[in-house]
Amino acid sequence: MAEPPISRGFRGRGSGGKSTRVPPGQHLVTDFPVLSAGPTPEPDLANWRFTLEDGETPLGEWSWQQFNALSQTELTVDIHCVTTWSKLDTNWRGVSIDTLLEAVGLSEPPGPFVLLHCDGGYTTNVPAEDLLDGKAMVATQFDGEALDPEHGGPARLLVPHLYFWKSAKWVRRLQFLDSEIPGFWEENGYHIYGDPWREQRYDGD
Amino acid sequence: MMATDLPAAKPKLQWMTATVREVIDETPRVRSLVLDIPDWPGHKAGQHVDVRLTSDDGYQAQRSYSIASSPDAPHVMLTVERLLDGEVSSYLAGDVIAGDQFEMRGPVGGYFVWTTALGGPVFLVGGGSGVVPLMAMLRHRAAAKSNVPTTLLYSSRTAEDIIYRAELDRLSGQGDGFTLAHTLTRGQPDGWSGLKRRIDRAMLQSVGFAPELKPRIFVCGPTPLVESAARELLDLGHAAQLIKTERFGPTGR
Repeated sequence: MAEPPISRGFRGRGSGGKSTRVPPGQHLVTDFPVLSAGPTPEPDLANWRFTLEDGETPLGEWSWQQFNALSQTELTVDIHCVTTWSKLDTNWRGVSIDTLLEAVGLSEPPGPFVLLHCDGGYTTNVPAEDLLDGKAMVATQFDGEALDPEHGGPARLLVPHLYFWKSAKWVRRLQFLDSEIPGFWEENGYHIYGDPWREQRYDGD
Repeated sequence: MMATDLPAAKPKLQWMTATVREVIDETPRVRSLVLDIPDWPGHKAGQHVDVRLTSDDGYQAQRSYSIASSPDAPHVMLTVERLLDGEVSSYLAGDVIAGDQFEMRGPVGGYFVWTTALGGPVFLVGGGSGVVPLMAMLRHRAAAKSNVPTTLLYSSRTAEDIIYRAELDRLSGQGDGFTLAHTLTRGQPDGWSGLKRRIDRAMLQSVGFAPELKPRIFVCGPTPLVESAARELLDLGHAAQLIKTERFGPTGR
């Protein structure tokens, strides 16, 4: 590939001291930027349900209270947004996907692909294996506090090893599928898998 | 949708070299860059690009910016606000002169987009440099000689922070169905006849279209403005599916 053009006079912050935990093309932030495609839904815990499905077949459903009574997991992880910010050591608490499968009596996912469905009609797709073995959770707390609605509260998916749009806000339904169905951003030009270390930002990367 | 309906994987979006043709001072903190990009594939109003800067020692920094120009325009324009401690924005909106080069990749984003084919009415709500993708839509509308009823409600801090002020005045004076409403939140010049407060429900109701008209709504600006405007629009009875948002944070961009 040809050498990139030098941007005359650009110094930037330089790579000195840049953490090896920051993937290519990313930069560190200390705040927590918000990005969503539409209005933030009003939380309604009384009517909140989380459902697990195998295709169209329901596997399990939990109310807010039932969900919070499930075994809780804590994760401290780095997160990477496709808009190029990364944030280190974010702390989350919630229910792992392993725990959800166990709760419905399954030791393995019933399908190799997952489509997440959210309030507001947002969807995202993730391979099932990327959600297992403690790699992902449905998070209800951030830094020890209930998750803010603008950050996806009451509950969002957390799958930190993929770009953060995969960590769908306001998640309500986790559907196992036999074939992959692209979600909302994946239909709108973004990468089907979204590995930040391979810089899979857009379709074709 | 079945897996067999999946579109074939697209070729990778390639980095292209953009050469700055012209620098336009829009406000004390905002500049527009008119660019020459030989291989530009075209875009839709509302889409964005990734910009990558390379220093002479090989260090690179990358950010996303909305496209300000109409797809119909001969040159791509970016409009960039200089952020406090903005590694890339302080260069693009500060140091850059005509002839300078950087890399660009895109266009990206198929959601926060308006084309004349989508019709209207269209209600655009912008805060600060959040007006940039909305301006691309207005420029596209004007270039296409569209009469789709369209309103822009645009919140700025002070009169000198209004981006594209003269062009917006000109577009709103053409009698083609475009209405412009400015609001200034941190002080108004003598004789200011526009609105004088942050965007609120009463303002969205009086300036915007009735929910029964099913306007397509695009809201872009800092997160607090977008969060509150989107919530008020829902409360006024607009359908969530018709409200598209894009947020400009100091670090999100």
